[in-house]
Amino acid sequence: MRTKHIGERVPRREGGLKVSGRARYVDDWTLTGALYGVTVRSPVARGIIRQIGYPAGTPWEQFTIVTAADIPGSNSVANLEKDQPFLAVDRVQHAEQAILLLAHPNKSLLEKARRAVSLDIEHLPAVLSLESSLAQEQVVWGHNNVFKELKIEKGNVDGVLNNAPVIVEGEYWTGAQEQLYLETNGMIAVANPKEGVTVWGSMQCPYFVHKALMELFSLPMEKVRVVQMETGGAFGGKEDYPSVLAGHAALLAWKSGKPVKMVYDRGEDMAATTKRHPSRTQHRTVVDRNGKLLAMDIDFAIDGGGHMTLSPIVLSRGSIHAAGPYYCPNIRIHGRAVATNTPPHGAFRGFGAPQSLFALERHMDKVARTVGLSPVEFRRRNFIRQGESTATGQRIRESIQMEKLLHRALKETNYEKKVRLFAKQNLKAKVKKGMGVSCFFHGAGFTGSGEKRLASVVAVEATEQGKLRVLASITELGQGAVTIFTQIAADALGISGQDIEVAQADTAFVPDSGPTVASRTCMIVGKILESACIELKQTLIQNGLLKERYTSNAFRAACKKYVKQHGQLKSFAQYQQPSHIQWDDEKHEGDAYGTMAWAIYIAEVSVDLSTYEIRVDDFLALQEIGKVMNPLLAEGQIIGGVVQGIGYTLHENVIWNKGRMVNNRITDYIIPTSMDVPPVRVIFEENPYEFGPSGAKGIGELPLDGVAPAIVNAIESATGAAINRIPVTPEVLLEAMENTNE
Amino acid sequence: MEIRFRVNRKLRRVCVHPLTRLLDILRLELGLTGTKEGCGEGECGACAVLMDGELVNSCLIPAVQLHGRSIETIEGLSKRGRLHPIQQSFIQRGGTQCGFCTSGMIMASVALLMGKKHPSSAQIGEHLAGNLCRCTGYSPIVDSVRKVGKK
Repeated sequence: MRTKHIGERVPRREGGLKVSGRARYVDDWTLTGALYGVTVRSPVARGIIRQIGYPAGTPWEQFTIVTAADIPGSNSVANLEKDQPFLAVDRVQHAEQAILLLAHPNKSLLEKARRAVSLDIEHLPAVLSLESSLAQEQVVWGHNNVFKELKIEKGNVDGVLNNAPVIVEGEYWTGAQEQLYLETNGMIAVANPKEGVTVWGSMQCPYFVHKALMELFSLPMEKVRVVQMETGGAFGGKEDYPSVLAGHAALLAWKSGKPVKMVYDRGEDMAATTKRHPSRTQHRTVVDRNGKLLAMDIDFAIDGGGHMTLSPIVLSRGSIHAAGPYYCPNIRIHGRAVATNTPPHGAFRGFGAPQSLFALERHMDKVARTVGLSPVEFRRRNFIRQGESTATGQRIRESIQMEKLLHRALKETNYEKKVRLFAKQNLKAKVKKGMGVSCFFHGAGFTGSGEKRLASVVAVEATEQGKLRVLASITELGQGAVTIFTQIAADALGISGQDIEVAQADTAFVPDSGPTVASRTCMIVGKILESACIELKQTLIQNGLLKERYTSNAFRAACKKYVKQHGQLKSFAQYQQPSHIQWDDEKHEGDAYGTMAWAIYIAEVSVDLSTYEIRVDDFLALQEIGKVMNPLLAEGQIIGGVVQGIGYTLHENVIWNKGRMVNNRITDYIIPTSMDVPPVRVIFEENPYEFGPSGAKGIGELPLDGVAPAIVNAIESATGAAINRIPVTPEVLLEAMENTNE
Repeated sequence: MEIRFRVNRKLRRVCVHPLTRLLDILRLELGLTGTKEGCGEGECGACAVLMDGELVNSCLIPAVQLHGRSIETIEGLSKRGRLHPIQQSFIQRGGTQCGFCTSGMIMASVALLMGKKHPSSAQIGEHLAGNLCRCTGYSPIVDSVRKVGKK
């Protein structure tokens, strides 16, 4: 198959709309006669709702008021567990929990009314930290606060630990992180018992919202329609939360009989919606006399907030990645996701792996130092090789060459020379410099049998003009999905990209291709798309309308002719799991992912010991990603991801008070600006994955896994301060320096 | 109160409360939805427009300050359907991903290039520090602006 589009720097197709202000996001649309909607939330982290009051002074009769009592179907948000209500009934399980909804045509009056509602909530003792949840000082969920617990075991860890002369221990912490997509969450809903429910909004997963609405309203599938609008960033923050917001908007629309628009302001979005799970990882490691890993005993715990939502899956991914790209014959990973009375945490690019890999890569530096090896040499001796097995017992099938990647990364950054130079300069300099390395992998697609269960479908059909329309529930979020699908379809069919249309993700027209998450869009769904295109092409060839070789014009003519003869030309393809993937979910054993992308990241930092400012001066992101489908978009993913990672490491600090995020404003939750970023050098290597389209692997989340440890390793190299939590704000550095100098 | 002011070289007249934000006048009164709200507090730059040639956050400009002024928004940038060189550059060099910061980012870039013909990467980075982007990591945006300056 000739590839004319794949591998090229194809600019994004919807770029013209975005640069001219013509791309329409949900808040850019108005429906005539629409009401605005707002949510009244609990100020208390945990409690019993005694009374809701509507004091005089507000014209309540003008408002549509919705409480849990108004819910026609099931008051629980469709997810792994049914513990999260759309609206609280009589208890509050977390701060900011939605209690009731208000709608009114006047936005200003609506806001006044929101503040006027009086809530009488009896406080109950709340659990507000990961540590206190693990300690079960108070049980606030289930019988022991544990949403999910798992154990990954390989070999005999205790056997080694009990006989080990030296065990290197470490404990590592990561804080919450707010996705801070520039466009806040928003939905427009139209709903009535006769016609059903339609919502338009900002989201990653139309079919997740579809299922949630079916259950909320007890409606059959054809009475619910979900349409994704242009979405201004998501990063996981619009994976499960939109189901809640869609439900709320639809409930107000159902009761009022009018269209309802709900768009969160920034403060509400930051305080009430999902964030990255905070984590604590404990490591105990044994190495032999040659510096080879003998045993890894890892305890990984994440804070899931007030309801289960996606926490078991975040736990799973974080746990599977916890032992990293190394070979070790004895591994035990104990994972727990626990409840606290804070807004439920959720998906954020990396999904558990950034947390566990921060811990691992910090710890590998510590182990190296303890056994007298350089961080680089220690890793080099322990990289996993083809034929060896991971923590879950997955045998590496491909010819992975981490040593080769490492060698190239060290050369590109002049690593060895700089380490020696900085060591010398730091003796006298006020601004210390250091280099830090992180080595990691990221498995794309749903874990284990997840993709098989999703059984995603993609359809392609001929339009009236003989063009090809792609029908998939995958959403363009800025990552370039529409462009990548165009490239894949164009090359699968040998036609021009101009003859391809990618349909809007509207459940009325597109099949369920699964959610836009897990770095699966290109590697998994792109492959299904390729199959659907080939199927359509074969149909035309078998009907004598196309020869084996043809022009774009001939293709268009053949499509038109077929449609004229048969009424419609449409092909479907469904996910086929590669036969080599074997996974036991109970034991968390086997092939966790079809394949992994592999990476080496190197950070160069300056630390000013007068001001405690940390600057990343240079950053190298080197990764093997199967096949580079579009260098322009791929670089965009890596650079964007690295900068989010810099924020995670140095700037983004969620400050909690009584279970609420109190710095819920862009003023005081700091994300990197254009002045906070180093030059980020991106290098790709290719090693085609046999089951990805043109050999591609997933890359969207990969960068988040390796930034934090590379930077914090560099900070330790520069200053000697062993910092084991992020974010490393100047205050954290100051404290660490004082402890180091004691 | 009634205000008369120019938007994209056209004379407009609106009747609004004196504290109505310019952002809401543009989006709701005039239907110019290209300018976006990202934070409502002048921190993110998604709402940036030019007021008498100066870059401002429209979420911080009350109606009472608008009388007789000249506002330029993203919609006014392309002339007769042809994209401005900055817009072309953003498309070619990956300066836009989700697109939500893009209107403000482009207006900020226009403001810079009006005052400085060939800015360096460092100067561009400093000038754009009031415009947040969560997707691109900024360097593709800086490249897009620098390449336009080079012409």
